Parts: sequence; C-alpha cells; structure tokens
Amino acid sequence: MEKGKGVMGAGRRWAVDFSDNSTAPSSRDIPDPPGFTRASVDQDDSAVSRQKKDAEANWKSQKAWEVAQAPFKNLLMMGFMMWMAGSTVHLFSIGITFSALWQPISALQGVGKVFEPYKDNKVDLLGPKLLFIALNLGGLALGVWKLNTLGLLPTHASDWVSSLSPAQEVEYSGGGIPL
Amino acid sequence: MAIRSFLILFILFFFSSLNPILSLYEDQVGLVDWHQQYLGKVKQAVFHTHKTGRKRVVVSTEENVVASLDLRQGEIFWRHVLGSNDVIDGIDIALGKCHYPFIRRKYFESMESSRWADGVGIFSSGSKALKIITNLKIEKDNIVIIFSNGRLNAVSCIDGEVLWEKDFEGESLKVQQVIQPPGSNLIYVVGFVSSSLFEMYQINALNGELLKHESAAFSGGFLGEVSPVFSETVVALDSTGLILLTISFQNGKISFHQTPISNLVKDSFGPAKIITSSVTGIFAIKMNAVTIVIRVKDESKLEVVEKTNHETSISDALSISEGQQAFALVQHASHEIHLRVKLAHNWDDNLLKESVKMDQHRGLVHKVYINNYIRTDKSYGFRALIVMEDHSLLLLQQGEIVWSREDGLASIIDVTTSELPVERDGVSVAKVEHNLFEWLKGHMLKLKGTLMLASPQDVAAIQSMRLKNSEKSKMTRDHNGFRKLLIVLTRAGKLFALHTGDGHIVWSYLLQSLQKSKVCQHPIGLNLYKWQVPHHHAMDENPSVLVIGKCGPSSDAPGALSFVDTYTGKELSSLSLVHSVAQVIPLPYTDSTEQCLHLLIDADKHAHLYPKTPEAISTFEREFSNIYWYSVEDDNGIIKGHALRGKCTGEVADEVCFDTRELWSIVFPSESEKIIAIVTRKLNEVVHTQAKVIADQEVMYKYISRNLLFVATVALKGSVEIGSVTPEESWLVAYLIDTVTGRILHRVTHHGSQGPVHAVFSENWVVYHYFNLKAHRYEMSVIEIYDQSRADNKDVWKLVLGKHNLTSPISLYSRPDVITKSQSYFFTHSVKAIAVTSTTKGITSKQLLIGTIGDQVLALDKRFLDPRRTVNPTQAEKEEGIIPLTDSLPIIPQSYVTHALRVEGLRGIITVPAKLESTTLVFAHGVDLFFTQLAPSRTYDSLTDDFNYALLLITIVALLAAIFVTWTLSERKELQENWR
Repeated sequence: MEKGKGVMGAGRRWAVDFSDNSTAPSSRDIPDPPGFTRASVDQDDSAVSRQKKDAEANWKSQKAWEVAQAPFKNLLMMGFMMWMAGSTVHLFSIGITFSALWQPISALQGVGKVFEPYKDNKVDLLGPKLLFIALNLGGLALGVWKLNTLGLLPTHASDWVSSLSPAQEVEYSGGGIPL
Repeated sequence: MAIRSFLILFILFFFSSLNPILSLYEDQVGLVDWHQQYLGKVKQAVFHTHKTGRKRVVVSTEENVVASLDLRQGEIFWRHVLGSNDVIDGIDIALGKCHYPFIRRKYFESMESSRWADGVGIFSSGSKALKIITNLKIEKDNIVIIFSNGRLNAVSCIDGEVLWEKDFEGESLKVQQVIQPPGSNLIYVVGFVSSSLFEMYQINALNGELLKHESAAFSGGFLGEVSPVFSETVVALDSTGLILLTISFQNGKISFHQTPISNLVKDSFGPAKIITSSVTGIFAIKMNAVTIVIRVKDESKLEVVEKTNHETSISDALSISEGQQAFALVQHASHEIHLRVKLAHNWDDNLLKESVKMDQHRGLVHKVYINNYIRTDKSYGFRALIVMEDHSLLLLQQGEIVWSREDGLASIIDVTTSELPVERDGVSVAKVEHNLFEWLKGHMLKLKGTLMLASPQDVAAIQSMRLKNSEKSKMTRDHNGFRKLLIVLTRAGKLFALHTGDGHIVWSYLLQSLQKSKVCQHPIGLNLYKWQVPHHHAMDENPSVLVIGKCGPSSDAPGALSFVDTYTGKELSSLSLVHSVAQVIPLPYTDSTEQCLHLLIDADKHAHLYPKTPEAISTFEREFSNIYWYSVEDDNGIIKGHALRGKCTGEVADEVCFDTRELWSIVFPSESEKIIAIVTRKLNEVVHTQAKVIADQEVMYKYISRNLLFVATVALKGSVEIGSVTPEESWLVAYLIDTVTGRILHRVTHHGSQGPVHAVFSENWVVYHYFNLKAHRYEMSVIEIYDQSRADNKDVWKLVLGKHNLTSPISLYSRPDVITKSQSYFFTHSVKAIAVTSTTKGITSKQLLIGTIGDQVLALDKRFLDPRRTVNPTQAEKEEGIIPLTDSLPIIPQSYVTHALRVEGLRGIITVPAKLESTTLVFAHGVDLFFTQLAPSRTYDSLTDDFNYALLLITIVALLAAIFVTWTLSERKELQENWR
C-alpha cells in the first residue's frame, strides 16, 4: 500500500487532467484556442484511453488485493514476537501484547483510508476490504488470545472476587479470661 | 528458545533487584525509630561514697534491674536486667578489694554458687534477704555477710568463696533483724519462735562461732516487724498493736519494757504499724494516716518528737563522721515536699531544711535515700534521691530537682493510641523552621548533599538535621498518619501520652481513681480502651480513653472507671463502681457523640452497659439478641458461652444492668488438658478481602470471623518447665472455637510438645510457638482456616453481575463447612511475644513480629509460615509467591526491627496502622521502650524520605529544555528543506 500511495496518493503537488471528456467549451473559463476541436481529439483517443483505463483498473484491483494481504505478514511477525515474549507477565510481553492489540484496531479504523487510492467505479473493493478486515480481526484475536494466556483477561472467578470484602457477621461476641 | 530464556533471565534479574530490603542503612537509624531506657521503681539505692571519687548511685528496682546512675545527669552508666525469676532482694557496695555492688537474687533453689562477672556478684538461695553487712575485715580480705532464706553466709570479697555459714532454718526461728554493733566483730540475730518467744543469737562475725543464745517469752505475742533502735535494743509491737515493746538484750539478758501507745499520744487511732528505720534511737509508727516519730531515751523511755498528718518517709542512717549519724525526713504537703536532714542524736536541730515544689502528678514520696558531699567551705551538703508514688526517681540538691527520671514507664500494663489534633491554621514555613534563612540553608545543604559536593561537616549537619526534623514531633495530625499519641498505663496507675515522632512525654496524669484511698486499699490498673473517637466532630471534640481498674486482687473487688481526654491529659470524670469488673467487652457500636459502647461483666455474670445514656441503651437493645460473651476459666478448664437475657432483677435493678444466661460450655478433661493460652483476633483489624487467589486462578475463601478463639491446652504434666517431662507424657492440643455457638471448628494434637505457647491470630490464620520435646527444638505452627461452603461460587457471569451472596451478612448458626491447612516449622529462638503487622486497609502483606529471648524484635514474613509450602513448588505456585519448603524458619539478621538495640525485659509488641496503607507503626515495651515504622512490602505508596526531589526537578527542567531546543532546530531544518 505504500507503493500505491507513492504513485497516486495525496502526496502529488500538481496534476494535468488528460482525460477531460467534456465537449462543451462553456465548461471552461478560458475559451479553446482557434482551430481546436475538442470532439475530434476525443474520438481519436477514445480507444487508447479505454485501454489505459482498463489497465489502470486492473492495476488498482491488483494493488488493492496486495494491500489487503499485507496484514498477514504482520500476523506472522506478531506471532513470532509473542512466542518470544513468553507467558509471564512483564514489561516486554505486555508491550508486545498491547501493540498486537493496537495495530489491528488502528488498521480497522482506517480501513476506508487505506483503500481510498484504489477507489474506482470499475474496481470491486469489497473483496480486498473483507480480507483486510478478516486478517486484522485475526490479529486482534491473536492479541486477545495472548492477553488471555498472560492471565490478563478477567475470565476466572478469582478475577471478580479478589476484592470482595468479608461478609458481616450478625452475631457479636467478646470476653476472655476474667481480669 | 535461547533468546527467550535469556530474556526471562534478564527480567528475573531485573525484578529480583526490586525485592524488599528490610534492613536499614546506618544513617537511617533514629530517623523514624526511637528507643528509651528505663529502670522501674527503685527498691534500694546505694551511693558510691566520695572516697571512691565516683559520683554515682547504684539502684536495684522492682523490674529486676541493677543500674548505676550518674548523679549529675541521671543518665544510666551501666545496667543489668535480670530475668523475671531473678528477684533482687538487696544490694550493697563492699569497699576495699571489691568495689562492686552485691546483688542477691533468687537462683536455683539451695544450689550454692557465686559468680563474678561484669561487676556483679551473684549468690544463690531462696527468699527475702534481710541484711548485707559489708564492712568487716579479716587480714587483707573483706568479708561480706549475707542473711537470706534463714541462713547467714560470710563470703570473701576476693573470690566469692563462702567462708562460713550458719543455718537458722532448722530452728523454726523467724529472723526479724540481723544487727551488727558498729566497730565490733559481733552479729546479733534476733527473731521470733512461734508468736510469743523472742530469741537472740550472738555470733562472731569472723568465724561464725555461736557465742550466746538467749530466749525469753512474752505472753502478749508480737505483731509484724521489729525496728532496731540501738545496737542491743529493738522495738516491737504486741499482738494487739496498741502496746510498744522495747526489747533489750544487753549482755545477753533479754528484758521487755511495755509502753502503751495511748500513754504517748492522747487520742488513739487504732492499731499501729512500725516503720523500720536504721537510725539510732529513732523509729516511727503509723496509725491510719497519722505518722508518729518516737525517740528512745535511756534504753526504755519513749518520747514522741513529732506527730503529723502528712505522709512521711524516713531514710536510712548515713554516718557522716565518727559516731554521727544523719538521716532524712521527707514530708509531703500538697504542692511541696519538705526535706529535713537531722542528726540521729539531736532531733531539735536540722542540718538541712528545704522545700521543693513538686508536680502533683508524681503523687507521694515513697522512699528517700540521702548522700552527703563536702562543700567548698568544708561543711556537709546533702543530696536526696527520692522515689515517688508514680515510680519516678528524682535527685534533690540545694532545694532544687537536679534531674528526674520517669521510671514508671518501665512497667507498662496497657497501651492504646490516639490521634493528634487536626491542624487548624496552616503552620507557616517560618514557624516550622524558625526562620526562612534557616530553611533556605537547610535546603542548600541538602542540594549540596545530592550533588555530592558536601564536605564531611556538611554531611554531619545534614544527618543531624534529618534526625532533629521538627516535622516529626509536631503536635498536629499529619497526612500519612505517622504522628499519633501512644497512651500508656503504668503499674503505678499513671497515664502517659508519648508522641510517636520522638517519644517525648506530651502529658502525664496520675489517676486519682487508681490511688490508695479509704474505699480502695489496693487499687490495680487493668486496661485501657478507646472511649470516644471523634471522626465527624474531629475539629471540636477531643478523643478520650477509658481506664479500668479495680480495688484489690480478688475477683469481686469493685471496679473503678476513669475517662481521660487524650489531648489535654485531664480526667473528664471518674466512677467508683458498685459492681466488680470481670470482663470488658468493647461493642462495635457508637452513640451520636461517637462514644463507644462498652459492656462490663461483673463477677456475678451481670452485664452493665456504659455509657449509661438512654441513647446507648436504645442502640444496645436493638442489637440485644446478637450480643454474646464467653468466659474462660483457666483454673477449671472450662469455657462457657453466655447470651443476654433481659434487665436485671433483684437488688441490682438498674436501667443498664442485664442478666445473662449460659448457652454452652466446653469442659476440658482436667487430668489431661490444662488451658495455657487463648488468643483472639484484634478487634480493630481490617481484612481487605475474603478470597485468596491461589495458583492457576483458583479461589479459596477465607473463613473470616471475629468470633473465633484459639485455645491451647497442654497435658497437666507438661505444664511445668521444659526438660522435666518425657515426650511420651506431654502433648499440646490446639483448638479453634466459635465463641457464639461453642462449636469446635478445628482441633489438632501435637504429641511430645509442651508450652509455653505464644500465639497470634489474624485474618483466617493463627500462628503459635511451642516446644517440641522430641526434636528438642522450638516449633512454630500455622493453621489457616477456609470456608468450603463458598467454594462453589465459580460462575463468572453471576460474579460479574453481582448475583451472589458472598457479601451478605451471615449468621454463625448457619452450619459452616470449613477446611484447615496447617504446617509446622522449627524456629531457633524461644519467644517472649508475638504480634502481627496491621495496616489501614489490610492489603499489604503481613509480617510476624517476634519478640525473641534476646529482647529484640524480629520481623518474619508470613509467607514463610504458609501451610501450602511444598518442596518443589510448580511454576504457578512460584509465581504466587510460595517459597520452597524448609524444615526451619530462616532468621535473617537484617530483618531485626530493633537493629542494634535491645528492648530489655520485652513484654509486649503493639502494632498500629498508619494512614498510609503500606506502613504500620510498631511499639515494643518492656523495661525499655522502642518505636519504629515498618513497611512489610516496602513503601510502595509513597516516596522515601531520601528521595531526590532536586534531581527529579533538574531532570524535568533539562528534558523540557531539550524538547524546546530540538523542536526549534527541527522547525528551522524543515524550513530550509522547503526552500531548497
């Protein structure tokens, strides 16, 4: 997805739109130069531009799929890191686990943004999006699983009773050896 | 894998370096702890004579202490604290070859031994010593003649060898006096056989030869003691106490001379009592409150020289020059005491007459000792050491109190604490540190110290500044709750308030209700309770304590109550009760003025409610059916449970008096079990949680009950000293008893074990210490009790939604299903007291505080006394903090709370929670007092005193500066990039 951004992303400074198909000269502020007919040019280039467009669409969808699969590598990486961290609670394992939880969440939040450059009428982004979401959910699940193995999820009874104050007793008794 | 294990190792190392270090650094001693040394009530004092050039006095006390005090300051020069079985009967200084005081003390019965060490000679034998004679000489050796236990011993000063001995025990003689006429080698031993036969023995002091033995009968009989008036004359009272007998045994002939007291004083005041004194020709008698000083003229003629209503004390004779004896007479008159020093043969003139203003809270003069010194103009000056009613010791010289010692604090009976007043108007910085300049200077020094620029002088200055921090002895409440008042009740019936910051006495008050009076002949102070603890009205009401005492040692002696304001030390009111006090039960209810309700049980098993207000009664009647009490009759081996029944009927009908009925009783077989220890949980202990999470996320529910009683019984044969029974005939049984229902929840027998048992009960566990005869070692056992009926609460959703009944009030009549876990460990020391740390919320882990036989306090982590310790704990158990099983408990030298100090004669350890959860205040008392703060899991909720604030500040400033600089740099760089 980094590559896609580089080419077509928001980073560009200026652009010339070669595919202006409008025929009405009134749509422009500046009148066309004399001897220039818009229609003939359009007609001449239409086949070429369609071809171009198809190629671009293809390229876009290909890129979208690539972007969608990117979290998989992340997943593997995360898995390795988690295995490294072990199952005892300490600074390192907690850090890794929380980053494993945070990354999918932030990626899911920005799912629209990630696929924005590949938005096209002809490109079906649903598939890549679903894959992207699924992979990130997988990452999230991995993080939660890790959290559980660390014992940081309140899934046991002990997590809910550990600060229960002792029950009051109805009866009260005192005494001892006579003074 | 290698990386992972490396990582784990690294992390383990990192965490192990954070483990609690409980020891102190050398420069931390005295920052939060203080230690005070006392002696106890002085029984006898002997001055070093000026010939020896030492300005000291040697004293022996009722706390079995022998000490030498500096006469200029009253500081302890040396001190020996003997055991509670080693009662000191008398001391004297023998001059010549041995300059040491002689101490007579009970040693092993009839075993003759003498030891010379550390300036103390010890002689064995049993009972009260009557006399020590020290000024005899045989050739170059000085001999000391000691009378004790019906036996006269002559001991050499060189090596302590017994030169001769004479036994009077076999002759059924009750020896009254041993008299040595000055300048002769004769000793007279006088005494009574039966009640009417007077006997006299004359003995050669050098070889123990019996020179004469005479006896004479007197039909009237004898009463009490005899007082020697001349070297061959004594004075006694007849059996009615109305006739004075002058008994003379000159030249071996015994003659009686009777003088009725009514001949001497016109109005008789009933039977008299002789006050013995060693002054030649003078003695005193006391009739009720009247003291009469009588001079003996010409062997038999008696003459009253003084009759007074004031309390009078007479010192022993002090020979000041050849044939001249001086003695002191101290009389007490309201705010003053009058000291007179007279010559024995010249009553009319005073060598010295002084009046000294005396604090009322010291009570009456009990004893006086005098000493002389030679002034610069070659005349005699006198100094008097006086022992007051509150057991304090004062030195008077030239009409002034030179120094005073509050030695009553050596015999503390009970301790409670009180909060200090709330700070009203903010005390300004200048007020705390005297002035701003000082304050700035102090901080500059501290900064120098942190930046390691301080010179050795500066370091010393910083250290003394830390120790004298005026913050810690301020008289207001602090945020962390470290500053409190320790209210202590001493055996003399005096209340002291000690400041926890530095241990100074804030106020002291001699309780009138615990003083001898006509209605109360032998008052005894018993206990201290918190009476009023204002929380809501903390600004305008003072807390107060309740002092409970009784008249006389018998169980039906009437009680006495006193209410004392803890801020001012004034008695608010006092009550002389008509009923006795057998038990005091502080109830967990308060009235609208925040007075705590107390239930006093008398010897007839009636319950009396205090305070006697209608409001208290209505509160009490609401909870009436839920209040129970139990009594432990350790002589009969019976524990009885009682419930309240209704208002008293019969002659003691009273609004606040309630009848009780017996509910249950546990009778221990008297031939096999004897109760030797009972322990309950501390009333004010706070438990944070009822659940204990063990390995693998399992939960165990603690059985937490205020109504549990730990009882230890031993076999009758095993209740004697260690070493006198075989393991087969001795056993120890530990019980856990529910005091409401009388149900025995747990019972365990330790075969081959015996007492003494010391125990401590906290939360759901009890730890007790006893002797194992089979292993020949001391052992400590732990019993933890868990509630099995709650163990089914495992449904997480019910717990999440709060649909459980774990916190709902329970009745003890619902049948509990408990399991116990126990374990025993060897422990090296024998123990004097055990306590446990307590914190405000009960979250911090606990430490046991063990008063060892060496009079130190050892902190032992409760984790060492975990019944779940195994030889090879699993990983999960290790994570839980379970230590691998060992057969004995470790004693880590750094964990002595008292570090290098000793709390001589340690009797009790009290822990009080501070407001800061991590910290607990510890007060240990015996002959000495010791106070410190403890943090069993280190101070995790506050920065330590030596935290470097300056460094933190500098770091923050440096970081901020760095951020600012890098930000501007990056801005500039970005701008340049853009222009490129």
